[in-house]
Amino acid sequence: MSAYLLRRLLTTVPLLIGINLLTFVLFFVINSPEDMARMHLGQKHVTQEGIAKWTHERGYDLPLFYNGEAEGLEVLTKTIFVEKSLGLFLFRFGHSDAGRDIGADIRQRMGPSLAIAVPSLIVGLLMDISLALLLVFFRLTYLEVWGAALCIMLMSISTLFYIIGGQFLVGKCLQWVPISGYDSGLEAIRFIVLPVLIGTLAGVGSGVRWYRTLFLEEIEQDYVRTARAKGLSEAKVLTVHVLKNAMIPILTGVVVVLPLLFTGSLLTESFFAIPGLGSYTIDAINQQDFAIVRAMVFLGSFLYILGLLLTDLSYMLVDPRVRFQD
Amino acid sequence: MPQLLPTDVLFFLTLFGLFGLLVYSLGQTHLRRPWQKVFQSTQAMVSLVILIPYLLVAVADSIRLEGALVPQAGEGPVASSEPLSLLDLGLQRLRLSVEKTYSAPLQVELHAREMVRLPDGREIWSTPRLRYGGSHLIDPFKERTSDLFRRAIKGFFKGALVWLMLTVPLLAMVVWWTGDKRRVLLDIALGRSRFPWRAVLLAGLFLAMVVGVLAEWAAVYHVLGTDKVGADVLYQSLKSIRTGILIGTLTTVATLPLSLLLGILAGYFRGWVDDVIQYVYTTLNAIPGVLLIAAAMLVMQASMARHEAAFQSLALRADVRLLALCLILGLTSWTGLCRLLRAETLKLRNLEYVQAAKVLGVSQSRILLRHILPNVFHLVLIAVALDFSSLVLAEAVLSYVNIGVDPSTESWGNMINTARLEMAREPVVWWSLASAFCFMLGLVLPANLLADVLRDAFDPRRVS
Repeated sequence: MSAYLLRRLLTTVPLLIGINLLTFVLFFVINSPEDMARMHLGQKHVTQEGIAKWTHERGYDLPLFYNGEAEGLEVLTKTIFVEKSLGLFLFRFGHSDAGRDIGADIRQRMGPSLAIAVPSLIVGLLMDISLALLLVFFRLTYLEVWGAALCIMLMSISTLFYIIGGQFLVGKCLQWVPISGYDSGLEAIRFIVLPVLIGTLAGVGSGVRWYRTLFLEEIEQDYVRTARAKGLSEAKVLTVHVLKNAMIPILTGVVVVLPLLFTGSLLTESFFAIPGLGSYTIDAINQQDFAIVRAMVFLGSFLYILGLLLTDLSYMLVDPRVRFQD
Repeated sequence: MPQLLPTDVLFFLTLFGLFGLLVYSLGQTHLRRPWQKVFQSTQAMVSLVILIPYLLVAVADSIRLEGALVPQAGEGPVASSEPLSLLDLGLQRLRLSVEKTYSAPLQVELHAREMVRLPDGREIWSTPRLRYGGSHLIDPFKERTSDLFRRAIKGFFKGALVWLMLTVPLLAMVVWWTGDKRRVLLDIALGRSRFPWRAVLLAGLFLAMVVGVLAEWAAVYHVLGTDKVGADVLYQSLKSIRTGILIGTLTTVATLPLSLLLGILAGYFRGWVDDVIQYVYTTLNAIPGVLLIAAAMLVMQASMARHEAAFQSLALRADVRLLALCLILGLTSWTGLCRLLRAETLKLRNLEYVQAAKVLGVSQSRILLRHILPNVFHLVLIAVALDFSSLVLAEAVLSYVNIGVDPSTESWGNMINTARLEMAREPVVWWSLASAFCFMLGLVLPANLLADVLRDAFDPRRVS
């Protein structure tokens, strides 16, 4: 069992190296620091000195891999690759192009992101699963046909419309909650309700469809027929037998996204002005702050890989077939 | 003189390619049953009736003419400096009837009050008449409703007439082809025919009438209002169709070769080839999609800024950016299909007929082309159909994050992006957003419904 886990752990090492190299190539090889500087300083009125100053202040004027001017080990360490890219492995994100400490920013903005993402996940999951169970309960009736059609309808609407429409209706017309903003402590709840509701609504179409197929796959198994033959009511068959067995794919699907909750949602956070990591990323993209985008790409990938590892772990915990494999 | 932008050329090549693939697959014996299922599905065929006009608009908007004549105020027609598409030329009136600023749908006055100088020199606070919208009316307060009504009726009948002109020969052909006239027509009327003729024709009639009414109104009004700079919103929405469809289709051009080649190679050869390919797609997959797209678009913007001089016109620049967006979306989204193809090929390579071909000494490239490739077609089809609608939706989100199409390109994403602030105005300007919503839903919903049928028909696991 531990050998299995160790093997999985080892496979993540080349993945992380690959991601690191990819971001390095993308940000420093395809695109030279000089281009970045030119983009920041404006295209027209840029001088060579201005570019040199900009790149020097941010440490982008070092050579990529090999520094011939330095001595000893510094030949290798005083380079962009080591200073800007390898540091990511140790979560040393360095400073943004605007001069702020990225690591501190990330730690500070994690909280609000989680405050939105965790309730969204829980409410969305409960909603999706219960609606999917209902659809399966009424299968082969008109209710299911129209329910499924409604799901496709909800899926076909862009998230942007849910957010704008929800803000307009609940925030502006009804004035139940503030349209956007954030507060610390318990006061934050007022600001969280609307994003969570809208996030749930926006995801309900695809979510219900996905869980419905999971349940429909289970419902054709022999044990379900046995349960029915024993005289259990359909409701009991669904909630006790089908739901319990469908829990394995559901749980593992959820575990993958757990670490990514930290990075928050780009759209929701930026529309509702929540000072989380999602809006941080959007701001960085808008200001073309390459350092922050680079850090977020690495962080996001790292968290995704962590999610994959957790999935393996959860498989081992809930599915004995994997546990006793070796 | 016709003039083509890079995306136009690629778009037509893609359409031909997809069409060729469709014709090829229709002739394949093992795909006949699923195709039959699709053609007999009311849901799929009605969706198709709605999708085809969208496609036609996109095609009309991709054929560009240089030096087309544009009517000019005061003097005669002048050759335009920018190449104009067939759609632009067809909607000349909508394109050129630019008002001063916001006006609500079908209105004859501006949306907000402003100072108006009367002929006698006094200034009053009022909403001035539009330059074009409803300018034929003398007393709009009395005449507007009846004029709208009259034109709606006229549009209704015009639409129905066009529909009749298309339907009668079509039905005549069907009847002529099948022989038993009365029974066939009765079947169609009762909705019992195998091909859902009745639903398709009714959907066509509905569509023709809606288009007829819109066209009749659009001739003298701004049907969906005007935006901040007074441009017609209906025209913008129609122009956005090309962007949406282009992103949905061109992206697959970048996706398909990669995922087909790598997926089949990994599944067929296994060993180190498989290891390398799996490593590549797992790595790419690990990077959250939006972030990878954002990073790639930022880098692309920087390199476009470096080669500023290479772009002769703003249109070309916007077009290259659109193309780059499609390629980047494709590069970040091929992994899903690649994984499916690999798994399927792994399964296929061990089947008897592939083994038999191997024993008979058929070359490997021939096995791949003749025995593996045709048998993974259904996966490709399902993936393309499912991806299309999510790509159209993704365009809107990316434009909001400023990593989508160029701000000067008409797209639903850009429309939503600007309309977002209009919702906070007093009085509310809702029509840009509503139009983008309706036009997007009109494309994405049928696409999703069609994809649903395709998946049910072609996915062997779902055959019950």
